[in-house]
Amino acid sequence: MARELWDSLIETLEGLGSVVRFLVRLIVATPRALTRYDLISQQIFNSGALSLVIIMLSGLFVGMVLGLQGFQLLQRFGSEEALGTAAAIGLVKELGPVVTALLFAGRAGTALASELGLMRATDQLSAIEMMAVDPIQRVVVPRFLGGVIAMPLLAAIFSVIGIYGAQLIGVQIMGVDSGSFWSQMRAAVSLSDINEGIVKSLIFGVACSLIAVYEGYNATPTAEGVGRATTRTVVTSAVVILFLDYLITAAFL
Amino acid sequence: MRKLHTLNLGTGTFVLLGFAALFFLTTQTTSRGWAFGSSAHYTLTAKFDNIGDLKVGAPVSMSGVEVGRVTKIDYDSKEYKAVVQMRIEDKFNQIPTDSDASIYTQGLLGGKFIGLTAGGAETYLKDKDQIDFTQSAFVLENLIGQVLASFTKSKADDQAAAASAGTKPTEKTK
Repeated sequence: MARELWDSLIETLEGLGSVVRFLVRLIVATPRALTRYDLISQQIFNSGALSLVIIMLSGLFVGMVLGLQGFQLLQRFGSEEALGTAAAIGLVKELGPVVTALLFAGRAGTALASELGLMRATDQLSAIEMMAVDPIQRVVVPRFLGGVIAMPLLAAIFSVIGIYGAQLIGVQIMGVDSGSFWSQMRAAVSLSDINEGIVKSLIFGVACSLIAVYEGYNATPTAEGVGRATTRTVVTSAVVILFLDYLITAAFL
Repeated sequence: MRKLHTLNLGTGTFVLLGFAALFFLTTQTTSRGWAFGSSAHYTLTAKFDNIGDLKVGAPVSMSGVEVGRVTKIDYDSKEYKAVVQMRIEDKFNQIPTDSDASIYTQGLLGGKFIGLTAGGAETYLKDKDQIDFTQSAFVLENLIGQVLASFTKSKADDQAAAASAGTKPTEKTK
């Protein structure tokens, strides 16, 4: 029993170490990869623009739920005008970055991992290496950077759509005064709240993309291995996002 | 070529939308945004004994209409007072010099704001003028303190009365 625990601890540490070393390799290769900006913009399209629909839809519904729940709760204290504040702060600081990152892991992270895993399984990565091209620089870094750039933008879009969703329910349907909805929000939300959201989504972007490309790049080159890499991407990303969320929130308090 | 076109279009739309959303968040959901596209304005200062939790960016209103915003809060260590600087829009430039500034609370649990009440003077406040008549924030803790003090005081009175009432019969029995 103790033996197994020890082994799994060592295994976890090894995994963590190799992820960090992979991150360092990515960072070292980044300056040269930046010269091929067309590759990066293609990946921004793949990770960002193609995730736009799911992000916007989810943002709308999350905002509408916030509007409904917040209204029910605030009504008890006779302060339903604070709905704008509650929705905006909740979305900008927490829900926006976190839900976006979770959706991103599911939508773009899996695509990255399975794409790279399949490249590995069909020896495309080795072929690239054979042509004296560094696959990290040519294939992995653009995908990583694309995710890092896309995430804050997606989170911002999510928050804005969510605020409008809350406004739709609160103001249009429940009858909260539109003026106080917006003015109380403006008075209560500070620039540091927005900053916190941006920092969070940037860090989540790094974490999600890193996990996806790491799992894909190091996938076992079999059909099963690619499947497992995809699954692990989602599971690890979700846990890491929520853990990091706690850390960053605590750091900003 | 066709594929490249849609790719560029999609990426461009996405990035544009993302930055538009960021811009919206920073300017429209915070009070900071109004500082940029602000119209002409002038500044007034007022000194308060206690400003409670008044914050920079809080509204300044007259008769309930927003005429400006708090831009700076400082502490005057000579007079032991809080110095509040506010920016009033230029179109509200007819505020009498003997107007007074009070700090009110929005709703029961809302933030603080400054309410100006017009005085009767013929001259108007100009840029960098100071409002002399001020009324401090209503601090809930002070009120609770007073209520508690009056409670304990009345309790002490009751006890004293009970004690004196208790001593009287014993005197009688003596």
